[in-house]
Amino acid sequence: MSPSETSTELGLPAMPAKPYPAEVHERLAADAAELIARYPQSRSALLPLLHLVQAEEGFVSTTGIRFCAEQLDLTTAEVTAVATFYTMYRRRPAGKHHVGVCTNTLCAVLGGDQIFAELQQHLGIGNNETTEDGEISIEHIECNAACDYAPVVMVNWEFFDNQTPDSTRQLVDDLRAGREVRPTRGARLCSFKESARILAGFPDEREGANDESGAGGAPSLAGLRLAKGEQLPGTPGARVVSPRGEGSDA
Amino acid sequence: MTATEPAEKLLSPVLSASWDDHRPWTLETYRRHDGYQGLRTALEMDPDALIALVKDAGLRGRGGAGFPTGLKWQFIPQNDGKPHYLVVNADESEPGTCKDIPLLFANPHALIEGMVIASYAIRCNHAFIYLRGEVVPVLRRLHAAVAEAYRAGYLGSNILGSGFDLDITVHAGAGAYICGEETALLDSLEGRRGQPRLRPPFPAIAGLYACPTVVNNVESIASVPPILVRGKEWFTSLGTEKSPGFTLYSLSGHVTNPGQYEAPLGVTLRQLLDVSGGIRAGHRLKFWTPGGSSTPMFTDEHLDVPLDYEGVGAAGSMLGTKALQVFDETTCVVRAVTRWTEFYAHESCGKCTPCREGTYWLVQLLKRIEAGQGEPGDLEKLLDIADNINGKSFCALGDGAASPIVSSLQHFRAEYEQHLTERRCPFDPAASTVWADGQRAAAPSPATEREVHA
Repeated sequence: MSPSETSTELGLPAMPAKPYPAEVHERLAADAAELIARYPQSRSALLPLLHLVQAEEGFVSTTGIRFCAEQLDLTTAEVTAVATFYTMYRRRPAGKHHVGVCTNTLCAVLGGDQIFAELQQHLGIGNNETTEDGEISIEHIECNAACDYAPVVMVNWEFFDNQTPDSTRQLVDDLRAGREVRPTRGARLCSFKESARILAGFPDEREGANDESGAGGAPSLAGLRLAKGEQLPGTPGARVVSPRGEGSDA
Repeated sequence: MTATEPAEKLLSPVLSASWDDHRPWTLETYRRHDGYQGLRTALEMDPDALIALVKDAGLRGRGGAGFPTGLKWQFIPQNDGKPHYLVVNADESEPGTCKDIPLLFANPHALIEGMVIASYAIRCNHAFIYLRGEVVPVLRRLHAAVAEAYRAGYLGSNILGSGFDLDITVHAGAGAYICGEETALLDSLEGRRGQPRLRPPFPAIAGLYACPTVVNNVESIASVPPILVRGKEWFTSLGTEKSPGFTLYSLSGHVTNPGQYEAPLGVTLRQLLDVSGGIRAGHRLKFWTPGGSSTPMFTDEHLDVPLDYEGVGAAGSMLGTKALQVFDETTCVVRAVTRWTEFYAHESCGKCTPCREGTYWLVQLLKRIEAGQGEPGDLEKLLDIADNINGKSFCALGDGAASPIVSSLQHFRAEYEQHLTERRCPFDPAASTVWADGQRAAAPSPATEREVHA
């Protein structure tokens, strides 16, 4: 593939993008119609449509941009302006699994910086790069609203809480070996592309996926437990209630 | 303030009360906890009386600014012939903030019920949840809960036989902190780059599609049903006079037990640390944020500041999102501030010059100071640039970017100077990690308390 087919770099105007093959176009157009119908004005469906084309190709290609523009009666320039504003829309293909390590201040200080450094070394790739086998892409991410579970790693935007350099290496090794991996909060992993389809607005169809992994870990329940008279580790008269929730009292 | 109140008295779980129950994200469990009872009460009221109730209860916005929720609803013009919209801001991205995501993951119905009540009050028939994109587990549960609410007749047409209709659209963002700013969020929801709008007109007059729109935070809306069920007297009996009610405090960082602690407004960090096991063993508090990285940082001198809107304001910061990020003495404040500033530079939308250019140059200066390559005059330059961003930017992102710089220089100027004179960072980052003291070093366990597999 030429660079113009695999990325949406800024710079000199590229040749007009190719359309999707007829079969793909037809399928995506039906999906797009469903998304557009959810909004009073069609343009509101642009972010969902960009997730939709990312679900198709693993990134937002010029073909995907052309598709969105056609569905919403916008120009490709208008769609490109939006697609390049938001960091979740990738301009290069993601790996089958996309791993994000939080390196915003709190996670970084608690170990996220070391996790990300060792992960890059372990995989032999840098930020925003993909392993040669196409299995794993990595990225350092901003605060993901899970600071009470720091350091946090995301895979396909599911939570892997309380990580260490060792656990993160094990995690990517398991992913590359095709072993089943379960997030600490979230459902058993699907691929990056399948996650993007949920983001577009199509509910996860997998039986039971919504009920996996409980309501939250020990940090989510810490205050509630104290209020009920239970003790946490390190509190006066503490009895054994795991800080990381092995479910000893379940 | 040395006497420790027992946790049972200090804490007041309301929103989090059902989180340890069996599958609290389901309608069935939510109903066992008075779920959708508040809605029944609300639908029997006159919408204006409902607005008055929420106003009189004194509920204030939990997303950071603390604006009275009922007043926001009251600003919506009535009988104007235009559609009205409710948009829930679930774009939780402020560094340190982690309350709405666990709330939605554990109990999405609390938000949905609050949305139906709020929509009925402001006469809105189409409401939106703008959820940040990077949280698929929460999106999955929102999709399921909205579908469940439709099936049960809490959404759709003629809700509970009241004649009131409401549709909810769940909308996933795509990674942009700025979309937490309400007008940028509206532009984003209209399918544009998320850039803030000039105000006035405020969203109450010209919001989504230039129609009257209320934008409320998740926790604000989820706090409404309990007021309907238990009454405004109960609500005002909690908290302080000007900051009534309960709220989620999120404790994170170098503490023994990070997590969500729901308590009446006005508790102190000392009280929360006392009941939750304190700073991690063998260490002491150095600095903390009361409400995310955009709120000026505090030190151990501020342990007894009441964590309500007035108390934190009087002490020189802001309650913000009640994101209590705690750092101990192993943490380099220059490193922390540099990283936050890189965040603001990355997330600046580029619309206005002070923020776009200012945050870029702040990063350059801070990085060289942290690396021991700072030059004389750099600290004055930092303050000068921060002053040119603060209050001179288009939206609050710029003000937020200046906060950690100005406050850290106020409290820790000597540490910055040490970086300049010693020409190095005097801290070892390895000492700050959770595994530094051999604690919590074990491989992570599943976070679940009660593993539930269909």
